[in-house]
Amino acid sequence: MPQKKSTLTRRELLLRSVAAGGAFVVGAGYVADSDAAWAMEVEHLQPKTMATLIQMARDIYPHDHLADEFYAAAVKAYDSEDAKDAIEAGIAALNAAATGKGFGSYIDTQWERDRVDILRGMENSPFFQTVRGGLVTGLYNQKAVWPLFGYEGESFSKGGYIDRGFDDINWI
Amino acid sequence: MAAPFELTDDSVVVIIGTGAGGGVLANELAQKGISVVALEAGGRYLPEDYINDEWESFGQLAWLDARSTSGDWRVADDFSGLPAWIVKAVGGTTTHWAGASLRFQDHEWKAKTNYGDVQGANLLDWPIDPREMDDYYTKAENKLGVTRTGDRTGLPGNNNFKVFEAGAKALGYSEVHTGRMAINSTENDDRMACQQTGFCFQGCKWGAKWSAAYTDIPRGEATGNLEVRDRAHVLKIEHDDSGKVTGVLYADADGNQHLQKARIICVAGNSIESPRLLLNSASSMFPDGLANSSGQVGRNYMRHMTGSVYAVFDKPVKMWRGTTMAGIIQDEARHDPSRGFVGGYELETLALGLPFMAAFLDPGGWGREFTSALDGYENMAGLWIVGEDMPQETNRITLNHDLKDQYGLPAPNVHFDDHPNDVAMRNHAYKQGMAVYEAVGATRVFPTPPYPSTHNLGTNRMSEKARDGVVNKHGQTHDIANLFISDGSQFTTGAAENPTLTIVALAIRQADHIAAQMVNGTL
Ligand SMILES: Cc1cc2nc3c(=O)[nH]c(=O)nc-3n(C[C@H](O)[C@H](O)[C@H](O)COP(=O)(O)OP(=O)(O)OC[C@H]3O[C@@H](n4cnc5c(N)ncnc54)[C@H](O)[C@@H]3O)c2cc1C
Ligand code: SF4
Repeated sequence: MPQKKSTLTRRELLLRSVAAGGAFVVGAGYVADSDAAWAMEVEHLQPKTMATLIQMARDIYPHDHLADEFYAAAVKAYDSEDAKDAIEAGIAALNAAATGKGFGSYIDTQWERDRVDILRGMENSPFFQTVRGGLVTGLYNQKAVWPLFGYEGESFSKGGYIDRGFDDINWI
Repeated sequence: MAAPFELTDDSVVVIIGTGAGGGVLANELAQKGISVVALEAGGRYLPEDYINDEWESFGQLAWLDARSTSGDWRVADDFSGLPAWIVKAVGGTTTHWAGASLRFQDHEWKAKTNYGDVQGANLLDWPIDPREMDDYYTKAENKLGVTRTGDRTGLPGNNNFKVFEAGAKALGYSEVHTGRMAINSTENDDRMACQQTGFCFQGCKWGAKWSAAYTDIPRGEATGNLEVRDRAHVLKIEHDDSGKVTGVLYADADGNQHLQKARIICVAGNSIESPRLLLNSASSMFPDGLANSSGQVGRNYMRHMTGSVYAVFDKPVKMWRGTTMAGIIQDEARHDPSRGFVGGYELETLALGLPFMAAFLDPGGWGREFTSALDGYENMAGLWIVGEDMPQETNRITLNHDLKDQYGLPAPNVHFDDHPNDVAMRNHAYKQGMAVYEAVGATRVFPTPPYPSTHNLGTNRMSEKARDGVVNKHGQTHDIANLFISDGSQFTTGAAENPTLTIVALAIRQADHIAAQMVNGTL
């Protein structure tokens, strides 16, 4: 999960940041939710690149009941020395594709269907496939998202479901 | 207490792999007083070590050595480096398995006779009469504690089963029940009853499900006749000038190589590694690999015709609660060519946790069509299809000389193309599976493609004649008398049923044969 940025108050954060487009604001070295509910430091990527990557992650696996912080956590590992060149290049290509379709940038493309259209155009690129493939575990293997889908995870520590509703269905 | 044997001891039976085939064979021989060294590539994990978390468990137990794929199966695109989902651990894939334990139907032992010539299929009858197997099946069921056999009662049905059962009945199916499972419905064989924990695929932490890891293997060791060396990866089988096998070269946990001498060698590394080992053991005397005069080593790779159907309802199911495979519909298992294919299939409930569902529901899928399906996860029910697939000579394990494993040996390539009979059967099964759920109000259904292979069969097949296969009716190779195959790779054809009960029954039978031959001096 992204760190809550302790050195900045929400107010300061909002004052010092600029809108990155979409639901994000960026400042020097960080990306935050536009309501500053969370913020994430970025060391290697440009903050706007990270904001775009988070938006891309949501557009690939959109779940309206999942907050941005889960998508941010899912792609956080790309903020590394090793990954940064490939990610900057991939996001640049994504922005170029958006511009080619008449939008300012990917993250400034307001309708999801237009962003998805841009993604479809690069679906077979190694960049897209890497990001999508990584999200399968990066997003859905976060224990914090499991309850949001109703999934209960391990049950051994609670003695299984033998006395806790393995057969409690009441509508069939 | 386990007997340590010398590397130079050439009186021992060496077994390679300790899964359903090798683990059972090791114990059966040890019980008869025969000295056995079992070499297992994986480590030792017991119920207290199992992790009830899908990906973490996968990292702990799965066989992840280099492999490649080719052919028209979707697995080659979606999971190109992971053709099979099997285990590297003491106990082999019996740590992962769901426990469904079904006997073959009589006609399935004689597929060639009963199905006739199917174009493109390399069908053959098993050189075994179904009646010869009756007692061995009973022994296997007793060993595994299979429910609904002997006087063992069935397991209770979970939520996933109740939806499945209601749908089956609405469709007019009559053979639907909670399965014949190697899972205790009551305390049995010093193991407790199922607690409906729901992580059967990750290793049963209660020991309610049979696994060789905590039954046959420790019991064999307790005799003093069995030594299991874990993290001992066999690289090559050696032979002498007369063509008899004499020992195996293996690497230990530190990568140091040792040569274990042997009187008899039994290969039980599952259907990808077993033929690979024979091929990697080629010599000037056997340039095409050991026991390969027929050219059939590695061929006729079968994986069962599979697929899944998941369905979303307007109300919760919570399918992950309770046994992973909680029930079965057997009405379609019959051979009835009027359906447009030979052989039959079973429908068995299956549940995946959210992490695996995301990976397997529609591999490569994305966007709202995909995510709205997962949004319905709590309201999902699921079943798995398992049916007889056609053996084809071109579906095969070969050595990939461009890809090496951690020991520098050529990795296996797994080539698989669906046979038209497989495709026709899968389409029929998807239709029926979807109908099951639609009959009880599913709002959306998903015909889900096959996962990486869990049932790997047939690559050292059993045949009457030496020219048609690799081993005889006892799993003894046609070419080399003291070399045996003891796992699912012996299968001549796959039948519709999950294979493990048959692998275990054949291992018990093979132990009798080996012991008899040792006593009468033929081996
Ligand atoms: C998720 C899942 C669910 C399943 N559910 C069922 C079910 O419900 N019913 C059913 O009948 N079957 C089921 N199966 C299939 C069943 O587990 C296998 O059919 C069975 O375990 C195969 O037995 P085997 O002896 O051929 O190989 P395995 O059990 O895989 O054992 C092979 C062993 O050999 C070792 N090995 C391989 N190469 C070497 C080497 N070179 N040196 C040393 N050791 C080596 C491996 O590490 C492994 O431990 C399931 C499988 C999976 C993955
Ligand atoms: S559901 Fe039953 S058999 Fe499966 S892991 Fe839990 S206790 Fe074991």
